[in-house]
Amino acid sequence: MAQATVLEMPDLTLDGLLATPAGRALLSCIQCGTCAGTCPYGDVMRHTPRRLIGMLREGFIEEALTGDDLLSCVTCYDCWSKCPRGLRLTDVLLPLVKEQVLLRLPQVPAELQSALANTMRYGNPMGESPRKRAAWVEGAGVPVPLLRDLGRPVDVLWIVECYAAYYPRGQDNARATARILHALGIDFAILGNEEKCAGECARLVGEKGLFDTLREQNLATFAKYEFGSLLTSDPHAFDAFAYVYPAMGLERPVDHTTTFLASRLESLRPRLTRELGYKITYHDSCVLGRHNHMHDQPRRLLQALPGVSLVEMAHNRDNTICCGGGGGGMWLDTFYKAKGHARLSDRRVEEALATGADVLAVSCPYEVPRFEDSLKVLGGDDRMVVRDVTELVAEALAD
Amino acid sequence: MKILVMMKMVPDIVEELEVAGDGKSLDQEYLRFIVNERDEYALEQALLLKDRLQATVTVVAPEAPEVDDVLFTARAKGADRAIKVTGLPVGSGARATAAALAATLPGIDGALPADLVLGGCQSIDDLDGFVAPLLAAALGLPYLGLVSRVALDAGMGKATVSKEYAGGVMGRFEVTLPALLGIQGCEKPPRYVPIAKVRAAIAAGGIEKVAAAAASASASAGVPLEIRSMAKPEAAGHAEMLQGSARDVAEKVADILAARGLL
Repeated sequence: MAQATVLEMPDLTLDGLLATPAGRALLSCIQCGTCAGTCPYGDVMRHTPRRLIGMLREGFIEEALTGDDLLSCVTCYDCWSKCPRGLRLTDVLLPLVKEQVLLRLPQVPAELQSALANTMRYGNPMGESPRKRAAWVEGAGVPVPLLRDLGRPVDVLWIVECYAAYYPRGQDNARATARILHALGIDFAILGNEEKCAGECARLVGEKGLFDTLREQNLATFAKYEFGSLLTSDPHAFDAFAYVYPAMGLERPVDHTTTFLASRLESLRPRLTRELGYKITYHDSCVLGRHNHMHDQPRRLLQALPGVSLVEMAHNRDNTICCGGGGGGMWLDTFYKAKGHARLSDRRVEEALATGADVLAVSCPYEVPRFEDSLKVLGGDDRMVVRDVTELVAEALAD
Repeated sequence: MKILVMMKMVPDIVEELEVAGDGKSLDQEYLRFIVNERDEYALEQALLLKDRLQATVTVVAPEAPEVDDVLFTARAKGADRAIKVTGLPVGSGARATAAALAATLPGIDGALPADLVLGGCQSIDDLDGFVAPLLAAALGLPYLGLVSRVALDAGMGKATVSKEYAGGVMGRFEVTLPALLGIQGCEKPPRYVPIAKVRAAIAAGGIEKVAAAAASASASAGVPLEIRSMAKPEAAGHAEMLQGSARDVAEKVADILAARGLL
């Protein structure tokens, strides 16, 4: 089982990679094709990871870097997870190649272009006002302090991240998290409009300059305050803070909301008294699940909810199916449709519906809009709802 | 082939605009500036022509908050020169602005004469779109506005310019160079430039700074516009949200239309 590890080289380039023995080791691929076979878009990609490595190794560099084929990589960590050589395809090699692809693309797909430009300008891909980043706090029902206003160190700095801060259904997740943190008596605060996107999806789609800019801005903000640890609702931000920011000096423990709450389940359990009566199937997100193997924690939380039964989909845990939103996929639906690619979230939702569950539980804010859309498209929205694990925990919480 | 592109910053309406205490200007506290969308298309059109004809592209923009980012981005996209003009009058109206530009542009080393001068045909703070034609008149150049495509035959000294009309009708015009064009759009959306390239442009520096020249007090310059008051529009009425089943809503819509004599 591949383990996620901290990136040690902050300014890795493809040229640099190919010039170092350690980098060339990344190309020590046995061309078995497992990556191509397991890739959810492997059947429609011209250059699968296997073929791409073969081309790079044989010197067909420009050929490998030309075209928009690699935009079909949704950074699901499937190739990384199943590679018998343990090569760091998803988080190291492919982003470096994509960075060169993006520099050569004559036209970046419009949705991706606006998401990246918005993230650079406003700190969020939706292009929402940075001043409204904490607008969701109104309606949280509990105090959500801004670290700037507290004027003292705090135990937990909660990075709400873009989709939970702005997207209306994501805000349900943010408000639920606030309620639970409050119930647990956690000393927490948020950054409000000082927070910007962590940038992980920009990095994985090859927009390293944008990622570097965001990382510098976020680290400068973190440096202004004293806090014990970071908490985030977004698995992509979790990865950024856990594995990429440390190369630039971030030295703080990082938790994802799901694992943070699971580790406090014994304090939480006596308060989880409201009978929910749901049949739930849990979707392992690629990042939290496959990349970080955090499979048990969300399930433990769900099993602790009164009146809940848990059923598994055919693909679960490390073998989960991607929602299609990672690595820029969130902003490439139109591009994929134009290419004739199937929507990965449709495939996942079909599997979820087949379980007969009435709730599809998730732990990544990208999945709520993706799966809700797919449920509507597939006509399953009268049988199933999508809920974040934190929303379900908060619902079971006694007032 | 030389192309001069004029760009300017406008208030970014992602933040709600507020009227300042003086009742005649925008509150600056949370005001951010963003490049005029039409000007981005003007730059894209220039870069497309550069790709085809090996033209040199010079970008000129009045000094404003965040304009450096725009100029560095233009350089990263492929503009050969980026020039920031300081001291241009702000908010003084189309005539005064055009007169100030007409006085300043000829003094910028190497900017004019250009075969093509491109600018956005409108901006959110100048929907009349008079700056470009007034500037063209002052510079003695032919002007075509609301342009959505430009093809150049540099050897023949002319450009073929397309404009869109209602009902999907396209008009094609031929204009002798040099000319000034007000750009509405172009054949493709403005290109994306990876931030690494923008950061490289910032590291390289290279924004030239030029002071505006005083406009001559000619009749064409007119009297600078004076803003007497500024106010948000008052809501005169509100939308009525119809509730109920599709059949109920359809009946209500039919009733409303009938009550207004539209059925």
